[in-house]
Amino acid sequence: MIDVDLEQRAGNFVLRARFVADAPVVGLFGRSGSGKSTLINAIAGVTKPERGHVRIGHVTLFDSARRIDLSPQQRRVGYVFQDALLFPHLSVEGNLLYGHRLRATTVRFIDPAHVIDVLGLAALLHRKPGALSGGEKQRVAIGRALLAQPRILLLDEPLASLDVPRRMEILDYIERLRDEFQIPIVYVSHSVAEITRLADTLVVLSAGECVGVGDVDAVMGRLDLKPYTGRFEAGAVIEATVIAHDLDFDLTTLRFDGGELTVPGLNAFIGERVRARIRARDVSLALSKPVNLSIVNVMAGRVAAIQEESGPVVDVQVAIGDVVLTARITRRSRVQLGIHVGQELYALVKAVSFDHRSTGYA
Amino acid sequence: MPGLSPAEIGVVLLSLRVAIVSVICSLPLAILVAYVLARTRFPGKVLVDAVVHLPLVLPPVVVGFALLVLFGKRGPIGSFLDQWFGIVFAFRWTGAALASAIMGFPLMVRAIRLSIDAIDRRLETAARTLGGSRAWVFASITLPLALPGIITGVLLSFARGLGEFGATITFVSNIPGETETLPLAIYSLTQVPGGDVQAWRLSVIAVVLSVLALVTSEWLTARTTRVKSDDRR
Repeated sequence: MIDVDLEQRAGNFVLRARFVADAPVVGLFGRSGSGKSTLINAIAGVTKPERGHVRIGHVTLFDSARRIDLSPQQRRVGYVFQDALLFPHLSVEGNLLYGHRLRATTVRFIDPAHVIDVLGLAALLHRKPGALSGGEKQRVAIGRALLAQPRILLLDEPLASLDVPRRMEILDYIERLRDEFQIPIVYVSHSVAEITRLADTLVVLSAGECVGVGDVDAVMGRLDLKPYTGRFEAGAVIEATVIAHDLDFDLTTLRFDGGELTVPGLNAFIGERVRARIRARDVSLALSKPVNLSIVNVMAGRVAAIQEESGPVVDVQVAIGDVVLTARITRRSRVQLGIHVGQELYALVKAVSFDHRSTGYA
Repeated sequence: MPGLSPAEIGVVLLSLRVAIVSVICSLPLAILVAYVLARTRFPGKVLVDAVVHLPLVLPPVVVGFALLVLFGKRGPIGSFLDQWFGIVFAFRWTGAALASAIMGFPLMVRAIRLSIDAIDRRLETAARTLGGSRAWVFASITLPLALPGIITGVLLSFARGLGEFGATITFVSNIPGETETLPLAIYSLTQVPGGDVQAWRLSVIAVVLSVLALVTSEWLTARTTRVKSDDRR
């Protein structure tokens, strides 16, 4: 469990972050300048907040009232930086074992061989960081942090400096380590796609304050948080079970509370839980059930809420069973179709609007 | 050039001893000062910076005179060291080493400070979060990464020591076999009729020593930087 309540001033910027989260992966989301880095620097002990506390499980890392302030080396917080920051004069092996060697044997519960195996680092051990690709560097950085036997892993935008294929690869590795090592992860990002794929609990940070804390699907669906989660990234997250594969057309069918969803073929077993994100701009609305249509996902629902704006667009929340989707339509369409709260209608989602960024293992 | 006379060998060995001892003794302090100047902020930092750089801008004779006043037999520091530790600088080769160390100090500090400035501080932060104490992070991360600057600083200070004249002759005078280093010996020879040939010989030796030092440091620097980017295929 992570229990954070911090206040820190840096020039004109004031961070007042307060949240309690108990989840394998906590997503810390916010635009640049929202205070994400300030917050995790304070958790790692790199900077000292004026007031508050940080607790991981039952260990207090910082508590201004009780005058507890563990030094960074005592905190055992695995901090993975945006740009890896490998030690250039040490080999990959030297980097990996840097923290491991400094920890007492009594706290060494993560084994180097296991980490090297999970992160696929065996072939790189004798290379120097200068000879590694961006993705390899980031994997070594994650391994190095893990081997320092952390109580918690802080990943600060670990994909920011990578190209898109590498990002997918690292996301897969992060999913693996979440499942292999029982260490809570705080994943910092300004990308909704990454956050919703990995995180269970989401903390939304804006201008130094936590404006939203809760389950990922709940927080992502909240219309009042749209200004923070972003116009074009807005959408809903659905937890679903794989129920069928159509091998001829390479499609996968998912079942969630409220209906079924067809998405491009997923590399998952039947019965496995997955998470799919449906962006608001990919959802269309129809008053009657359309026929002769190329859109494969047509789901009956009821309008739960409408967020009126003065601009050209309107966000309409549609409840489908227990799941709430958000549809972003033009204000003119809403007026012309007379869409109102409580109305029964159909939500349309193209299967191809799902990509492997928006679907992943739950 | 025929073989060196015993007197010439004596001058060369003394010069090397003075330069090497001055470098070895000032290196730890130079690293410390460079690190403090590069990595900390404190009131009076400008003053410390200025004092460190003073020998670079002052006439060497003034530095030598100051040393004479402070470290001479009756000087406040000199008499204290003599009384309690039996260390005497005045008119000894150790005094020549002290003068060299002080004249070379700013060069050494500058070179090391530049290379510490060039190290990404977040590497040290990363090492701290991995469990390294301040001292260990300094020894295992900062120092190895600053190595090229340390080598350059050592060379500059060594060369300065070999060539040091003004402060040395003012502080410890020109005593053959005790404080007569290469530059002093060359100067003496030019003051004697017919000493030109010998002055030439010593000058050539000085050139050879300087070039050797330069080549060695270049080779060492190349080695350390190659180790760093070795596998960048």
